[in-house]
Amino acid sequence: MSATTKLASKPVAALDQRLTIGKLAKDNLRKVFPDHWSFLLGEIALYSFIVLLLSGTFLTLFFKPSMVEVVYQGSYVPLRGVPMSEAYASTLDISFEVRGGLLMRQVHHWSALLFVASMAVHMFRVFFTGAFRRPREINWTIGGLLLVMGLAAGFTGYSLPDDLLSGTGLRIIEGIVLSIPIVGTYLSFLIFGGDYPGEDIISRLYIAHVLLVPGLILALVGAHLLILWYQKHTQWPGPGRTENNVVGYPLFPVYTAKAGGFFFVVSGVTVLMAAFIQINPVWFWGPYDPSQVSAGTQPDWYIGWLDGLLRVMPGWEVVIAGYTLSLNVLIPAAILPAIMITVLFVYPAIERFATGDDREHNLLDRPRNNPTRTGLGVMAIVFYGMLWLSGGNDFVATIFQIPVNYITTFMRIGLFVLPPLAFIITRRIAIGLQRRDRERVEHGRETGVIRMTVEGEFYEEHEPIDKYEAYALTAHAREEALEAGAEVDDNGVKNSAFKKSKRQAALSRFYWNDTIQKPRADELHDEQEHAALETEEHLEHETLPGGGHNPPEVTRH
Amino acid sequence: MTTHGSELEPTTQRGDPLPDPGLPPHEPRLTDVDVKQAKRAERQVSAMFGVAALGSIGFVVAYLALPLTGELDRLQVSNIALGVTLGLALFLIGIGAIQWAKKLMPDVEMVQERHSLASTPDEQAGAIAAIEAGAEESGIGRRKMIRNSLLGAMALLPLPIVFILGDMGPLSPNPARVRASTIWEPGMRVVNDVTFEPIRPEDLEVGQLVNAMPEAYKEIPEEEHSQALRVRAFASVILVRMELDEFVVEPGREGWDVDGILCYSKICTHVGCPISLYEQQTHNMLCPCHQSTFALADGGKVVFGPARRPLPQLALEVDAEGYLAAQGDFSEPVGPSYWEREQFIDGESV
Repeated sequence: MSATTKLASKPVAALDQRLTIGKLAKDNLRKVFPDHWSFLLGEIALYSFIVLLLSGTFLTLFFKPSMVEVVYQGSYVPLRGVPMSEAYASTLDISFEVRGGLLMRQVHHWSALLFVASMAVHMFRVFFTGAFRRPREINWTIGGLLLVMGLAAGFTGYSLPDDLLSGTGLRIIEGIVLSIPIVGTYLSFLIFGGDYPGEDIISRLYIAHVLLVPGLILALVGAHLLILWYQKHTQWPGPGRTENNVVGYPLFPVYTAKAGGFFFVVSGVTVLMAAFIQINPVWFWGPYDPSQVSAGTQPDWYIGWLDGLLRVMPGWEVVIAGYTLSLNVLIPAAILPAIMITVLFVYPAIERFATGDDREHNLLDRPRNNPTRTGLGVMAIVFYGMLWLSGGNDFVATIFQIPVNYITTFMRIGLFVLPPLAFIITRRIAIGLQRRDRERVEHGRETGVIRMTVEGEFYEEHEPIDKYEAYALTAHAREEALEAGAEVDDNGVKNSAFKKSKRQAALSRFYWNDTIQKPRADELHDEQEHAALETEEHLEHETLPGGGHNPPEVTRH
Repeated sequence: MTTHGSELEPTTQRGDPLPDPGLPPHEPRLTDVDVKQAKRAERQVSAMFGVAALGSIGFVVAYLALPLTGELDRLQVSNIALGVTLGLALFLIGIGAIQWAKKLMPDVEMVQERHSLASTPDEQAGAIAAIEAGAEESGIGRRKMIRNSLLGAMALLPLPIVFILGDMGPLSPNPARVRASTIWEPGMRVVNDVTFEPIRPEDLEVGQLVNAMPEAYKEIPEEEHSQALRVRAFASVILVRMELDEFVVEPGREGWDVDGILCYSKICTHVGCPISLYEQQTHNMLCPCHQSTFALADGGKVVFGPARRPLPQLALEVDAEGYLAAQGDFSEPVGPSYWEREQFIDGESV
């Protein structure tokens, strides 16, 4: 019996007798996880959430979510004697009286930015590789909810310190609530506990920020991970990797060390960022005053796209039967975001309908092998990116010395033009990459060695790629456009599903029409024979001038 | 491990050009074949953990040795010292563990089977049978009255849940009416928003812009903090003076200016930010939040940006002592639009 066995056997037995832990541990401790850098993005999100919980708990020990007025008497001299809310005063105290308080505030803020950012990039990875396909649609939905909850957590937190910036953000929220037809005015009074700004909003946001939203996030994260565990992680296609297996390293010890280590890396980097890069110096903005604002007011990055929408929207407002409908606020702040988020949630269903693909997928797509999906994804990112830039149009204006009006006008048109352009370009690039893959499989690798035949003809030597790479380049599915069913069947009976099937076929062509298929076995065979013949020809010619030549390496050692 | 159904794709599809060659052979790392290299990696990992431990001690030292005084540079020194020590302690534990895994733990890839997630047809049928049996035993299909009354009861349950939130804010008097008025009233002086001094027309030069408040603001007792903020949020105004031929007087607003001094609400009609960037040449006022631009020389109309409505204008007069004062409250609600807004516009003035 080894020392470890001796050490482990007693506690394992004790736990097993109470919780049947033995079987669970036996089955799961050596569970295999595939390895790839892009699988770490979700981990970053998880770890920054843990950092948020820890640093946030520390902050609650000192923060007072109260709008009662106090006169600041703390140690930061420039604000001494200034009346302010207790929330703002306690935020100052966290920075100036509590050792490590500023560090924890900055850790909390940085990890919040990182949390949302890593969720977004993780979502890109899942989207572009098709990891959302069956059986993982549920986890896509949970992930979407997590992203939305992440925004909610961020915004409620941003509003708590009650400094000039956070108050301005709340004022904008109030304006948005007011734009809701029929109930907006009442809703605003309910949320703020009376006319703006009232005395309740900070304590209400506080409980949402420290209990409601993180509780929901925690539950969703739990479900997300359980499902991931149960369904097993996807993997990249490649030699030895199939739809039916998982290739990688065991949870214990390799993943425990790697993932556990990565948690410390993420938290360490966040703390180092908090040490060196200042974020939200609330003492600098001063307490909230609804009649003051600083130029260049910016929300946190993840709210930027919403602010951008508000900025580029034309000033539409209509009065119907004596009632005001502020389309200039309602559309950008509620309707468009709702549509965008809905598209995010239903995309897997749209693609499933379009391609008719309801198979179980455990191998990921290389983004190039689904050019239309990749194009759509880049289109969405460009659209989002332009909104995000619009949210900072004043900064863009200052940096590039362009009038801010030009930028807004450009965005108003560009939002309709550039994303489709991005779609077309991306799709073409993906198809080009597919073509290159196919060429590489058929003709091998370009060696860069140019030879001249006796006739004066130049050619470049190619050498075949190794079988592992060649397999990886052809391991994806052969996707073809669906055909619509017949309008009437053989007996002349009308096919009731014909219209749907025609629509589906059209969408399917949109997805697959221009894709470059990998070669079939027979095609590849022909190509390679052809290539071999050509090389032989060249060789014959080349032997003529004066002997001393090196035969081109056509086979790899 | 059993495979249910045959839903998972075969490894090699029909027409595929190349068979799966299987996992590439494992290539040993330097640390696998060279004991010296392995020892070296071991030392590296231990060194990282060792420095991490020093980081934790360093944090305690920095915590005790660097008091805060309220000075910004002291604060920054403490922040960097605490952050670097704690950050390195965490970071090095992480890097050490990863290095340990990469260099010294086996890197031979393992293969595990997956199984299709769906249950067998038998199990599926069993599940449906169980649901059917349960539904049958409850009689929910047969006993329509129970089912319908339950649906009705559940449908009405949200009502108490919604109504219990009703006292989150005062809904009476009508919020739309509360929202429509500000503290401004006839004869109330316009005061500077920093000094709270009343302003005479001759204090303002042409092209000058002053942020101002109603005089009643300074009477608000200190403990009425939210009342004071509300006044700032709705009654804040800007005063601007132009040459008499520089601006257009809107019909119905004759006599609202005093010798070319105009007074507008400072609250943006888009979503309520305080407008604050004044361009003296054009007399345009820009809201820094979303760049709505208002022409103060043209009735406060929107010339650019997402706002729709002009800035509400406050009618000015000069009181008996020669100070600027309001003729009354705004003739329309200030700030962002809302559903019932139209009902609170004074008919004769717009």
